[in-house]
Amino acid sequence: MGLTLNVSGLKKSYAGTVVLDGCSYRFESGSVYAIMGPNGAGKSTFLRLCALLERPDEGKIDFLDEDVSLEHDLSLRRCITLLLPAVGVFNTSVYENIAYGLKLRKVNKAETEETVLNAAEIVGLKDKLRRRAVTLSSGETQRMGLARALVISPSVLFLDEPTAAVDAGSSIAIEEIIQNITHTLNAAIILSTHDRELADRAADVILTLRNGRFS
Amino acid sequence: MDLIIEGIRKASLLIYTLDAELMGIVLLSLKVSLTALSVGAILGVPAGALICLKNRFPLRHFVLNILNTAMGLPPVVVGLFLYLMLSRRGPLGFMGILYTAPAMIIAQSILAFPIVASLSYAAIGSVPPIIRQAALTLGATSYQSAMAIVKEARYGIISGVMAAFGRLSAEVGAVLIVGGNIAGRTRVITSAIVLETDKGDFSQAIALGIVLLGISFCVNIALYFFSRRGNAAGYRYWV
Ligand SMILES: Nc1ncnc2c1ncn2[C@@H]1O[C@H](COP(=O)(O)OP(=O)(O)OP(=O)(O)O)[C@@H](O)[C@H]1O
Ligand SMILES: [Mg+2]
Repeated sequence: MGLTLNVSGLKKSYAGTVVLDGCSYRFESGSVYAIMGPNGAGKSTFLRLCALLERPDEGKIDFLDEDVSLEHDLSLRRCITLLLPAVGVFNTSVYENIAYGLKLRKVNKAETEETVLNAAEIVGLKDKLRRRAVTLSSGETQRMGLARALVISPSVLFLDEPTAAVDAGSSIAIEEIIQNITHTLNAAIILSTHDRELADRAADVILTLRNGRFS
Repeated sequence: MDLIIEGIRKASLLIYTLDAELMGIVLLSLKVSLTALSVGAILGVPAGALICLKNRFPLRHFVLNILNTAMGLPPVVVGLFLYLMLSRRGPLGFMGILYTAPAMIIAQSILAFPIVASLSYAAIGSVPPIIRQAALTLGATSYQSAMAIVKEARYGIISGVMAAFGRLSAEVGAVLIVGGNIAGRTRVITSAIVLETDKGDFSQAIALGIVLLGISFCVNIALYFFSRRGNAAGYRYWV
């Protein structure tokens, strides 16, 4: 299932500082978008708003299923996910971390196990499932975060600097994963990055955020 | 000096032979304190979580100050208060539970509740905000995200419960006043030590003291274990 994300006139300020000043864009399912821009440009803010974690001051965020705008309820929130740059590791095993989204959705044990193993295989963490997640390296943590997002099979996937902490090989692996899920899930993938080459290779469209707008 | 050595010798014998009276007192102590601890934890953990996580909790700081004050409640004051409530002419006198184990359990529950609630609050409050955000991004409802935070704080919460147990097992003022130190019915380790020392039967008092120290030692070992599990990756730093 694919969803289209239509953002229009998004504005957000923090304590008087304007971060987003009228962002508009239409993100289609099955495509990869890379958002670039200097530190503090508002990339993370944009992703947090789109992932419905924070409310914009002004503007609209519409998730469209064949042109029907969906309500911002739990069932929509469960079709989208954002991988935060710091991931947010639960102090449990790697397995339980990856399985978390499935537990919330009350998926049965057998199916959970299969899905988790599959996702761990994809990100290359299959041999570390029993480890306490807090002992993973930064790059492994990043990949665990990706696996945790993948098990949900999101229709729209937001990734905030998904390759910031990973080595060159893993970065390529993550690019491949991104390509694959765009096809298998027909998802819209919107990522932020400082890596121009990654953006060139992985993204269909590169957007630059400057002065609170896409240019 | 002889008195002490002789006392320790006899005390060791009492412990070694699992003396019936001694065991009865120890078991009653554990029963009273563990039951009170359960009550305190069942009410205290959710209370701490609610105060910490509920949006716009009314008078949050006021309630916290009360809890923190109550953490240091002198047991004799709790004992006195409960005595007045439960005595025949008191408002709860009809229950007829003064000088019974249930009265001691109520007294110790009152002591345990603020300790568990306040330490749970602190443990839950120290969970980094990204845990909640991560749970929300993965599709948690606000209740589920609150549970994720509480789960993340579990080692701190358990430490708080252990700390409360340490306080209860060592407490004498409240149980003495509302329990009355009746042999075989309301005599617990601490109140028995008071009595035996008064009577001059030091061997029994020393034996009970040793058991009490043992319990306290176990509690501390457990506390150490849980605080280590709680600290992130648990690396051992060189310095
Ligand atoms: N909660 C907040 N309170 C105050 N200011 C904030 C808050 N969140 C973000 N900002 C500010 O908003 C601006 C945009 O931040 P944001 O994190 O979106 O930038 P970014 O483009 O992701 O930068 P980076 O490349 O460094 O990740 C920054 O100047 C930041 O200081
Ligand atoms: Mg950022």
